[in-house]
Amino acid sequence: MAALLEIRNLRTSFFTDEGEAKAVDNVSYDIQEGEFVALVGESGCGKSVSALSVMRLVPFPPGRIIGGEILLNGRDLLKLSEQEMRGVRGNEIGMVFQEPMTSLNPVFTIGHQIVETIRAHKDIDKQAAWRRAVELLELVGIPQPTDRMADYPHQFSGGMRQRVMIAMALSCEPKLVIADEPTTALDVTIQAQVLELLESVAEQLSTAVLLITHNLGVVARYAHRVNVMYAGKIVEQATADEIYHNPRHPYTLGLLQSVPRMDRVEGSRLSTIEGLPPSLLRLPGGCYFHPRCPFIVERCEREEPPAMLVTDDHTAACWQWNEVDIGDSTVVKSK
Amino acid sequence: MTTERAENMEGARTAQDDLVQVKDLQMYFPITAGLFRRRVGDIKAVDGISLNIKRGQTLAIVGESGSGKTTLGRAILRLAKPTGGEIWFDGVNILRLSGRQFMPYRQRMQVIFQDPYSSLHPRMTVGSFVGEPLVVHRLAASKVEYRRRVAELFRSVGLDPAMTGRYPHEFSGGQRQRIGIARALAMQPEFIVADEPVSALDVSVQAQILNLLADLQDQFGLTYMVIAHDLSVVRHIASRVVVMYLGKVMEISSAKELFDDPLHPYTQALMSAVPIPDPRVERARQRQILVGDIPSPANPPSGCVFHTRCPIAIDECRGEAPALRETKPGHWTACIRV
Repeated sequence: MAALLEIRNLRTSFFTDEGEAKAVDNVSYDIQEGEFVALVGESGCGKSVSALSVMRLVPFPPGRIIGGEILLNGRDLLKLSEQEMRGVRGNEIGMVFQEPMTSLNPVFTIGHQIVETIRAHKDIDKQAAWRRAVELLELVGIPQPTDRMADYPHQFSGGMRQRVMIAMALSCEPKLVIADEPTTALDVTIQAQVLELLESVAEQLSTAVLLITHNLGVVARYAHRVNVMYAGKIVEQATADEIYHNPRHPYTLGLLQSVPRMDRVEGSRLSTIEGLPPSLLRLPGGCYFHPRCPFIVERCEREEPPAMLVTDDHTAACWQWNEVDIGDSTVVKSK
Repeated sequence: MTTERAENMEGARTAQDDLVQVKDLQMYFPITAGLFRRRVGDIKAVDGISLNIKRGQTLAIVGESGSGKTTLGRAILRLAKPTGGEIWFDGVNILRLSGRQFMPYRQRMQVIFQDPYSSLHPRMTVGSFVGEPLVVHRLAASKVEYRRRVAELFRSVGLDPAMTGRYPHEFSGGQRQRIGIARALAMQPEFIVADEPVSALDVSVQAQILNLLADLQDQFGLTYMVIAHDLSVVRHIASRVVVMYLGKVMEISSAKELFDDPLHPYTQALMSAVPIPDPRVERARQRQILVGDIPSPANPPSGCVFHTRCPIAIDECRGEAPALRETKPGHWTACIRV
């Protein structure tokens, strides 16, 4: 079965005074219908730009998609006119951003904004759109939805605003929702509420979700499949279980070992990944991770590793993937 | 290890000594209304908090935004004037001291912020930023001595002393946090309040900074009060934990005990909300998700402030605020259902 979304060799660059920054560098991944996929990586790794590329919202200049294909149900979004693309955004792909306050207009009521969104995409009258908006607010768990329609964004808490954003993203029942760090600004209790909601609503509507995050706990809880990004490239992709229990890229392994876990206390020191991620303007030769890699061999400095097949459903872009082994550290000591 | 460290410390009387004691601290902000800004109520950001911090230990304060944890930190450092209560530092009630009398104590307690970038002057070299307290408090006898100290501070936080002449924008988030820590260390403090020291950092860098804080604690016998919302981080660094909600303490215990046996329903809910980076563990976990948001501190619920979101609340919870009780040795809980 063809995937809902197939990204093939996507390349997006930012052309700055100091040169070309390859924010997304030959990235390929798939999302199946109804699947919950995570794109995980640290700041500046290109994960958000990759999502903006799918929506064709990369700010130009200085950014530009310079190659590849983004196939939504087999149709290449990069070949659509701006007019056609506007029909895709919202209707076929919804988006939820990190800070809902910047996505909501402070001078219009929540109700007005949802109604406008619905009517921009669907040919229905105001009353019908209003009823639909109330239904959506109810769906995302806003108490007294009819009353809250008349409220302004500042009258909602951060978590409630993010619920409204989810309602708007889902208003046209898109096939895919892209959520870019949707809970980073929220408290952990509210994060749990919002993500549980996103998961359950997506399931009800059989919408696929692409979750962009740096939080490995969130990924473990919600994602079926995981793509790990580093310096503009996907370094490892597999099912969530494989990523966490059989990581084969040294960066994935390093990330997993450096995150403190609430269910574990292992001595006083955390293992770390030495050094810093490279600047996209000054990338090292060969494998981009080699200056920080504990598994380095001579070849890593010269040749860039392609995505190598670990199993049918697991790739790692590392010459030494066979040597990378998480060993016993995954033995769970939780209660 | 903690005991040894404390005994070696100059000025420590006994290993069990508390460096900081907070007694019934209150920090109210007035709510005013009308033309004459009449006081119509109070926001009780910190409402009757008592706690002790032992020398060489790390006390963590956890809670959601709006729980008052940052205000508590500011009050303990005397960066804000409390409405009531006492703060004892090394046996002295610092709230009773005049500005001049307090000066020597100011040097002994320092602060690390979430994002030092906002406190770094963009046109000041990071070397002068780190060295500034040495100049202000006249801690360096000569220029040579000053340069030597600054270089030493850079090395102690893992930065190359050759970088002292650079400007803040040339540094990454993790490096800027190191610069902030170096400045705090310039005063050779005994006590550091760290307000969300790693929450703005990436995972791999976060681990480096947490390790650095632990190393510095060992090396200089520092006592920390860490304000954090990430319970995974807290479990890793804290010796003792205070759980706050709407200006009040819900639970206090040693970190190990708290994570092994959380008793307060709020603590349980907080822990339940933190996803564990392991899909197998997550699938097996029963989560209990709190409903709603933290209420406004301007209009807190009656009785137990948590009762509006509490899964096990009963009628009595609405009546009187529960006192903090020692439910197990060294483990205090403010809940009548425990």
